[in-house]
Amino acid sequence: MNASAAQSTELGPAARRSGAGADRLFQLITAVAAWFVLLLLGGAALSMAWGGRLAFQTFGWHFITARDWDAVGGKFGAFVPIYGTLVTSAIALIIAVPVSIGIALFLTDIAPRWSRGPIAIAIELLAAIPSIIYGMWGLFVFAPFMATHVEPWLTTHFASKPLIGPLFDGPPIGIGMLTAGIVLGIMVIPFIAAVAREVFSAVPAPLRESAVALGSTRWEILSRVTLPYTRSAIIGAIFLGLGRALGETMAVTFVLGNAHDLSISLLMPSNSIAAAIANEFTEADTDLYRSSLIALGFLLFVVTFIVLTIAKLLLLRVNRQLGRTN
Amino acid sequence: MNRLLFALPAFVILAACGSGTRSGNGAQGSGAQITGAGSTFVYPVLSAWASDYRSQTGNSINYQSIGSGGGIAQVKAGTVDFGASDQPLASDDLAKSNLAQFPVIVGGIVPVVNIAEIGTGKLKLTGQVLADIYQGKIKNWNDPAIAKINPGLNLPDAAITTIHRSDGSGTTFNFTHYLSQVSPAWKSGAGEGKTVAWIGGVGGKGNEGIANYVKQLPNSLGYVEYAYVVQNHMSFALLQNAAGNFVAPSADAFAAAASTADWAHAKDFNLVMTNAPGANAYPLAASTFVLLPRQPKDKAKSNAVIAFFKYALEKGQSQANKLDYVPLPSSLVQQIETYITANVK
Repeated sequence: MNASAAQSTELGPAARRSGAGADRLFQLITAVAAWFVLLLLGGAALSMAWGGRLAFQTFGWHFITARDWDAVGGKFGAFVPIYGTLVTSAIALIIAVPVSIGIALFLTDIAPRWSRGPIAIAIELLAAIPSIIYGMWGLFVFAPFMATHVEPWLTTHFASKPLIGPLFDGPPIGIGMLTAGIVLGIMVIPFIAAVAREVFSAVPAPLRESAVALGSTRWEILSRVTLPYTRSAIIGAIFLGLGRALGETMAVTFVLGNAHDLSISLLMPSNSIAAAIANEFTEADTDLYRSSLIALGFLLFVVTFIVLTIAKLLLLRVNRQLGRTN
Repeated sequence: MNRLLFALPAFVILAACGSGTRSGNGAQGSGAQITGAGSTFVYPVLSAWASDYRSQTGNSINYQSIGSGGGIAQVKAGTVDFGASDQPLASDDLAKSNLAQFPVIVGGIVPVVNIAEIGTGKLKLTGQVLADIYQGKIKNWNDPAIAKINPGLNLPDAAITTIHRSDGSGTTFNFTHYLSQVSPAWKSGAGEGKTVAWIGGVGGKGNEGIANYVKQLPNSLGYVEYAYVVQNHMSFALLQNAAGNFVAPSADAFAAAASTADWAHAKDFNLVMTNAPGANAYPLAASTFVLLPRQPKDKAKSNAVIAFFKYALEKGQSQANKLDYVPLPSSLVQQIETYITANVK
């Protein structure tokens, strides 16, 4: 430190100026790198909106609300893929969030020290499995299991119940929104669990030790110390998982059924935006058809953007209510 | 070490340039590189022909099975030397884009089922019943309409899960073209096309997608190319033809359809063979068509393409039979060769 300061005085003002120039250059490079991402994002959104302009011009707002998808008649509506995307992602989160938080808590707090490493590695390996493998496992192993064991049980126990009944009514074919949601849930668990484990272990030991000293149970430590302390990071992790679930293609297309049908029942086949594009793009032979698929891509962009914005707003509100700034 | 690493890509680029110029010059002699794109249905037999043709003449064929729609678009844009489509183009469309068209192979589309107590080839279906099932008018396997044509068969009281193609496909075009011919309600409803607005059911990507779903889902019904039925040992249903007979899918039944179809009067071979009139004809026979520019920019390449398909039509029968396709009848081959000489300049 001292040596370098001495050196710079020895070398005189010219060298200092060149050092400042390098600094400015460095600042410029990092700024370009950061803004470049924003530019790419804007460019991608714009080019998709431009590619989908024919669909938006032809159908207007009906493109979002219409249910039919008829290539022969040239009528396209995005409601079914949007619905399928949102429902499967919601099921995935309902499953993945509690499981991931449980895993993270177990690994940081409860598990014997020797077992933490192997379990953590196994969970990270889940993230390394290619999505097509999940898809094939879903189709060949999980879907028959759902069809023979889970779905008949759901139908007999829940189909006659009020309100939730229609969700579980239908033939048990094993392929549909519920199966796709569960497979997606398994796929996003490692993403949420890995981040949750990191932040849980970053909770200062004195905080937890104080809670233990006050006689808190494990549940009380989790709900009153760990979770509030790590709230924003956990919500960030959940939305990382949600982002992945919304855009997942290969695994979903295997087990969702790829049918442009709107159905309340979670046991019925549906379609998702990403799966529809992957399935149909190669043979979309009219301009309107191709444009509609690109417009679907743009809508996926918009849906993801809206969901992430809601998440940010939610976080801001929670933080303001609790008078915190992190 | 560093210099070696840098030198390596340069060497690869040079080598690539070298081979590029060689194949460019070689169009007159041996070693021409022909490119084609389109139908996935024809891909297995086309690659068998291509490898035999290459070992005999040195000309290599690079075929990308990107789907019929893609093949049509690519040959229209002139990026490939030939295109292949399961759906024939109309004469005015061909004239507009200055293309010639002829069939190269015949195959069949087969309704496949997965019903526990019923073995392969036992269930009989008519076109009308098939259309009604896919429209959701017939929902259960023990529906009176199915029971009436299947006396003595113990049909289960189970809901039918229909499986259709989720991607655009020439197979779907032939299938829906057939349903439109036999069912007025289908024609005015979903209609015909490479993809249509399906009512209910599950969508599978590609023939293998449908084959997988039918094998996985009990009481399902789907449609696949004949080769997939043979290779995957799937249970098929008999289909009633225009003459009123229930026929099983077989090379003979497809050949019967090909020979009774009226090719002589179809301009530019614009003919879909479904619902052919012969007594033994299979009602869901289909063919793949090759598309060529009529006035090619590169004459030598065009000649190489024609020579290849001449070889395939005249000498490629054994490869076709081995892969469960049906070669074209010799009268039709003659007709095609006259057509090519007359139309491709």
